[in-house]
Amino acid sequence: MKNSSRRGFMGKAFGAVAGVGAVASLYAMKRTWDPLPSVKAAGFTTLDMSAYKENELVTEKWRGKPIFVLKQTADMIEKAKNNPKDMDRLIKVGNDYFMVCLGLCTHLGCIPGYDADEKSFLCACHGGMYDFTGDVTKAPPPRGLDIPPFKIDGNKLVLGEEGPEYKKMLETGVTLKA
Amino acid sequence: MAHFTKAKSLHDWLNQRLAIDTLRRVLATEYWIPKNINFLWAMGMVLAITFGLLLVSGIFLLMYYQPNVDLAFDSVNYTIMQEVGYGWLWRHIHGVAASVVFLIIYIHMFTGIYYGSYKNGREMIWISGMLLFVAFSAEAFSGYMLPWGQMSYWAGMVITNLFAGGSLHADGLVEWIRGDYVPGQAFLNRFFMLHVLLIPLAILGLIGLHFGALRIPHVNNQDGEEIDFDAEAKKYLSGDKAGSKVIRFVNDFLAKDMMVVGIFLILFFYLVFYHYDFAMDPVNFDPADGLKTPAHIYPEWYFLWSYEILRPFSTDVGLIAFAFAQVIFFALPFLDKSPNAVPASRRGLFKVWFWLMLIDMIILTAMGKVPPEGVFSTIGLYAALTFIGLWIALPIITKFEKKA
Repeated sequence: MKNSSRRGFMGKAFGAVAGVGAVASLYAMKRTWDPLPSVKAAGFTTLDMSAYKENELVTEKWRGKPIFVLKQTADMIEKAKNNPKDMDRLIKVGNDYFMVCLGLCTHLGCIPGYDADEKSFLCACHGGMYDFTGDVTKAPPPRGLDIPPFKIDGNKLVLGEEGPEYKKMLETGVTLKA
Repeated sequence: MAHFTKAKSLHDWLNQRLAIDTLRRVLATEYWIPKNINFLWAMGMVLAITFGLLLVSGIFLLMYYQPNVDLAFDSVNYTIMQEVGYGWLWRHIHGVAASVVFLIIYIHMFTGIYYGSYKNGREMIWISGMLLFVAFSAEAFSGYMLPWGQMSYWAGMVITNLFAGGSLHADGLVEWIRGDYVPGQAFLNRFFMLHVLLIPLAILGLIGLHFGALRIPHVNNQDGEEIDFDAEAKKYLSGDKAGSKVIRFVNDFLAKDMMVVGIFLILFFYLVFYHYDFAMDPVNFDPADGLKTPAHIYPEWYFLWSYEILRPFSTDVGLIAFAFAQVIFFALPFLDKSPNAVPASRRGLFKVWFWLMLIDMIILTAMGKVPPEGVFSTIGLYAALTFIGLWIALPIITKFEKKA
């Protein structure tokens, strides 16, 4: 009886220590699977917005995904002003307006192509279309192109950081969290 | 201490130390198999042999494969395929076996369903088998990442995206699984580790469990007859081999097993040498490019049925339907409320259920391959609904099943 209770105590003591060890190891394993700090640090892309030309689509890369940058012409801004939904999608840096979107079709993730004459995007996979602000004009895409988190920093745009303008877009439902 | 005598032979020497005679008797010569079975009972051995082929060919591929985003594609398509002597053989065996193993798994599963080999004490055989199916699926998926072609990359992207849970938007979880925002070096390395170590270890353990689960209930037979294995074994050992309902696993049954395995291997190596291309998607011969999506992203054929259950619905409903399809086969022994463990042909409505399920899964597989447009979307939607409906109907129709 005395023996068995000693064994029982040994068992419980071992179990308690091993339990703490098991939880600690699980935490270590979880942390080992985390993205590395260097990967996290590379998660920000800074764009110099003074370098873009009007109505010329440039594809940048952020977190391995294509980012469409399209500087708007006066013409386009005029058109967008008639449609407040379009105007909300544009980002104002200095005196210029830009469309900055994730270049992945919101339908099934293909990469749409830009037609500078028509000033619209066409996704070759299933025929979805977007206007020059990235808003959807023809199904099947369920919504306009997503806008990546951005922060305006003088003449620069930092992708990956959430500035007040981006947060406002999230609140008003202009874009989903990309 | 145990008593050892001077050994009369190497056999005797080993036998005194490892009891190899007892081991052989328990595992092989006096492990009893019913006589009343057919070639479908050999699929387990076919699977074991195919797993062996995957293991051996994988060991040789491992000698030259480079788990690095810049080197992986060339290490497979140039080094292994063109430089390494007979490297192409290992790759083609590995690729063809990975595809064929799923065909045999499905045959093995539907054989079990048809003959009711998942109930009346055989539940653990079914459950351990389903765990093996999940482990093989994970093994196939992680292996598909390794050549780092376009399909590897985009399949990796799409499948890991599923873990965001649709509207739950658990992007943190997806990034944690990948170790990056998109599939990259961290992703390739960890899936390499899973493919060559962790999942194969799990598979080996599960194969042990699967065989162990078979030990007490024994394998089923063509009539679902409950056999008294002790009595029949005694009859066999006393010399009445013709009157006994059972035979030895070794050599009696193994001889039949190997006959089927032989036919299988002829077909298998025909595919390896002359038709390996069916297991190699042409899109995957383009190196991975995160800025260029292939026009259609589809999984290998063996995942198409569950992919098609995901596809016709909106994101959230699709994910729920997909999750349902992934786990529901586990519940088969408990959703089948009838005690009858006889062939489906003698089970009334269950016979209809069985064939509808088989045909529905073939339709889902076919629809998963074609682009999700027009009439194909409609057929896919109804086939997915039928799949779910059949599982809801199963407990009801089996509850009212007459005793066979």
